[in-house]
Amino acid sequence: MIVNEQIAVDHGLKKDEYAKICELLKRTPNITELGIFSAMWNEHCSYKSSRLHLKKLPTKGKKVIQGPGENAGVIDIDDNDAIVFKIESHNHPSFIEPYQGAATGVGGIMRDVFTMGARPIANLNSIHFGSPQHKKTKNLLRGVVHGIGGYGNCMGVPTIAGQTSFDSSYNGNILVNAMTLGLVKKDKIFYSKAAGLNKPVIYVGSKTGRDGIHGASMASASFDEKIEEKKPTVQVGDPFTEKLLLEACLELMAGDSIIAIQDMGAAGLTSSSIEMASKGNLGIEINLNKVPCRETKMTPYEIMLSESQERMLIVLENGKEDHAKKIFDKWNLDFAVIGKTTKSKKIELYFDEERVADIPVNTLVENSPMYNRKWKKAKLPKKNKIKKEDIKHLKIIDTLKKILTNPNVCSKEWIWQQYDHTVMGDTIQKPGGDAGVVRVHGTDKAVAASIDSSAVYCWAHPLTGGKQVVCESFRNLISVGAKPIAITNCLNFGSPENEENMGEFVECVEGIGEASDYLKFPVVSGNVSFYNQTKDQGIKPTPAIGGVGLIKDYKNMITMDFKKVDNLVLVIGKTEGHIDQSLFARIILDEKNGPPPEVNLFNEKNNGETLLKLIDNKLIQSAHDVSLGGIITAVAKMCIKGKKGINIKKPKYLINEIEYLFAEDQGRYILEINKKDYRKVADILNKNAVHFDELGTISENEVYINDKTKVTIDELSTSNKSWLTNYMSK
Amino acid sequence: MKSSVITFPGSNCDRDMEVALKKFGFKNKMVWHADAELPKSDLVVLPGGFSYGDYLRCGSMASKSKIMNSVINFANSGGMVMGICNGFQILVETGLVPGVLLRNKYLEFICKNVFVKINNKQNKYFKNVNNEVLEFHIAHNEGNYFCTKDQLKEIEDNNQIAINYCDENGKVEDKFNPNGSIKNIAGIFNKEKNVLGMMPHPERMIDTSLSGEDGSLFFKNLINNLK
Amino acid sequence: MKISIIITLKKDVLDPQGKVIQQTLNGMGFDDVNEVRQGKYFEIDTKHNDKDKAKAKVDEMCKKLLANLVIENYKIIDPK
Repeated sequence: MIVNEQIAVDHGLKKDEYAKICELLKRTPNITELGIFSAMWNEHCSYKSSRLHLKKLPTKGKKVIQGPGENAGVIDIDDNDAIVFKIESHNHPSFIEPYQGAATGVGGIMRDVFTMGARPIANLNSIHFGSPQHKKTKNLLRGVVHGIGGYGNCMGVPTIAGQTSFDSSYNGNILVNAMTLGLVKKDKIFYSKAAGLNKPVIYVGSKTGRDGIHGASMASASFDEKIEEKKPTVQVGDPFTEKLLLEACLELMAGDSIIAIQDMGAAGLTSSSIEMASKGNLGIEINLNKVPCRETKMTPYEIMLSESQERMLIVLENGKEDHAKKIFDKWNLDFAVIGKTTKSKKIELYFDEERVADIPVNTLVENSPMYNRKWKKAKLPKKNKIKKEDIKHLKIIDTLKKILTNPNVCSKEWIWQQYDHTVMGDTIQKPGGDAGVVRVHGTDKAVAASIDSSAVYCWAHPLTGGKQVVCESFRNLISVGAKPIAITNCLNFGSPENEENMGEFVECVEGIGEASDYLKFPVVSGNVSFYNQTKDQGIKPTPAIGGVGLIKDYKNMITMDFKKVDNLVLVIGKTEGHIDQSLFARIILDEKNGPPPEVNLFNEKNNGETLLKLIDNKLIQSAHDVSLGGIITAVAKMCIKGKKGINIKKPKYLINEIEYLFAEDQGRYILEINKKDYRKVADILNKNAVHFDELGTISENEVYINDKTKVTIDELSTSNKSWLTNYMSK
Repeated sequence: MKSSVITFPGSNCDRDMEVALKKFGFKNKMVWHADAELPKSDLVVLPGGFSYGDYLRCGSMASKSKIMNSVINFANSGGMVMGICNGFQILVETGLVPGVLLRNKYLEFICKNVFVKINNKQNKYFKNVNNEVLEFHIAHNEGNYFCTKDQLKEIEDNNQIAINYCDENGKVEDKFNPNGSIKNIAGIFNKEKNVLGMMPHPERMIDTSLSGEDGSLFFKNLINNLK
Repeated sequence: MKISIIITLKKDVLDPQGKVIQQTLNGMGFDDVNEVRQGKYFEIDTKHNDKDKAKAKVDEMCKKLLANLVIENYKIIDPK
């Protein structure tokens, strides 16, 4: 086939991009080469619309061993231990085939982590669906949950936390973001940088089939009505093979055979070989006839672009081939020497004795396009004034029940009970809390991780929303007693070619950068997913933040369930009564306008760090951050989990009861303390200038508000737990 | 006391089991499925996980592994063999214990704490356990125990039911049955009571920081009974 | 009328189960096995007595529920 401009456009390249390819090669590419360029230059691999802005994120810190640019980020957790972690999206494949899409998403992120030598120790996920009433939602939810469980459970890695939301903006484009944490010794981390000449290039894992050819290009195109036609052969996940691949790789990594290793994810053999060559400033020569294939008559084009799962590319030390082959044979996996490193700085591919591609590596990487897309700055919406008559008829208990039943607040037990969250025997905080916590096997340390996003805030004002998500992650880690260390981000947005969507991206990233810089909570890895839209309707901007923190002694971990009757409950952080964009405003007042709550980074940092001090002094019995639904929702969840009640007295503020209980002001936590510790706690809070209110006292089994309204915990618990189960069983 | 934990391709609770066995005093060896010989053992454990990806039928392919010949001989000569979760599924496929394990009644994987009532203490696994009810943890997709009427009669006549799902007070009722198992069966013995298969994972309950501590009780008692 | 359906994975779609079953059969000494593909078999008893009508209905069921057309093919077997 002779390549021309039209074929290039069909591959998703722009006309000027095709012209640039011809210019760089000084000739017309053949079809295999065009396929390679289209895979490397698409949004998913080249970050061409986002690179410019991502550069502004803070990525360094005392605890950062590896920032963005590798398979995953790495942080130091002392004693020669390190945590490798990353988040990745698998949105488009999950919409087409929810089970396999979600499963392969989980498989892909685990590979990113064990490629670096780390054994995965925890999975998390952030999943977003259309309105519960939308006809596709239920099946998509069921498929995605089964897919995540199917893969993670089989791998034997606990799924310890997650987030699920529903919003009509995801009706035609769901989001599936998966995150994995792995544990590695600091001196045994593996990278993707090839080094040395004439080193064997090894292919291991599953065979190559025609799976997902051009999946990476699909991730960069928006859905339209013709999506059916774009369906490539869907990738099917094989967690069993991945489990074998994990064990085989870790076994090989225990020795000193590997120079570089890279998993074959998006754009398969193409991106993995090019990345290794580019980082090592080398060339790679591959004989495609040596690649283990599942189907007959696969062409070079198909072999290079296949996205078959559970495969790795390794550059070995000379003479280690037999040793490595023995290990992969033992685990019943394919092993083939398919090429070698060269000094040419080119990717050279041979098939049936013929050279079928010859491309300088730098044209694919350094010379890939980078765009400064046009974007529109968002205005801060005007504040709404709540009318007294709108709220005076409201009954607090009914309102609270409505909020606890809301799909975005209700208990997600139906989901996380389907994930094995206890395998590996180190899960000390299960899903349903502020963060999941796993012990560092065989030590007193524990690692906490949470995953958060606030699409509504980001949609109302991207800059504030971006800051808020980072702060929420920070708070969730602190609530379990962990010192926040670093984050990974999964940036889910609409089309970068739409000025408003691009503006949302730019300003959310700016907000994330500002908050992570201030909180010393750097970004060490991440992923951008654009074109999340149906026709020209983009999703609400949904940056998901995965935060990781360290608990030095796991016995000091905090949980959110109320512990003891007669203990005092405090709120730290000031309540101003911000109702705009709160759950209360949206579902009770049906008000969608207004600004999100303001983020005060000084208070966030100060309140959080002071709470860590209280925890260090063993003064805290339980803690929970205040988020969706305000103080009363947070307190209700602590009651439900601890099967205790509370007697609440609203402090003598100027704002009214409703605003006090349902406002979503930031930087706040609910704390349970022993009465006898009150003086000590108050002293520390006062000394650090942290505002706090005395909210009430823990009681037997009722929530009693200002001596007038009350409700039993059983009733609240039923409201909170029944929605999802009922929805899924209908 | 010496124990052996068999690792099949896809086993993923093998390490957890070893940690538990060692914690309570066993000298444990990990044994690869392709080996022919079992090391000298007082207890052989088939751990949980997804041997061969649970493909075809859970446990079916692992039951054909090389090491299983030795395990079967060991069991038939009175050796203690315990299969947990996927290990139970493997035992069923070998025929060492009767019945089959079907897909959970509600078609979903379940990971949660459950209570089980000890039905028979006249054996080395549960002899001297003071409690009647233990809090254990399950994590499975195919734990729905089924057997024919004739088999059930034989099982009951021989007192082969080891544990039943129940509530915290030991009440065995349908509403405490998480997966649809016949008679709430959570674990079962062979006729001689030296082979035990059960769905719950005692190895995940060996520490107050985890799901609970009744697993500690089980293992402590087990090693004492073997001495 | 009883209609039978066989559902198989599309030709180019990976069949992890088939692959492992094949390896196990080989390992057990069945060297004569090249490849195994696993599928599903359904028997549907319909109220129709007319063969074509019954087949047409079952065809619709396959499209709407029984087969996942993204990764599977189906074949309706003529009732005898």
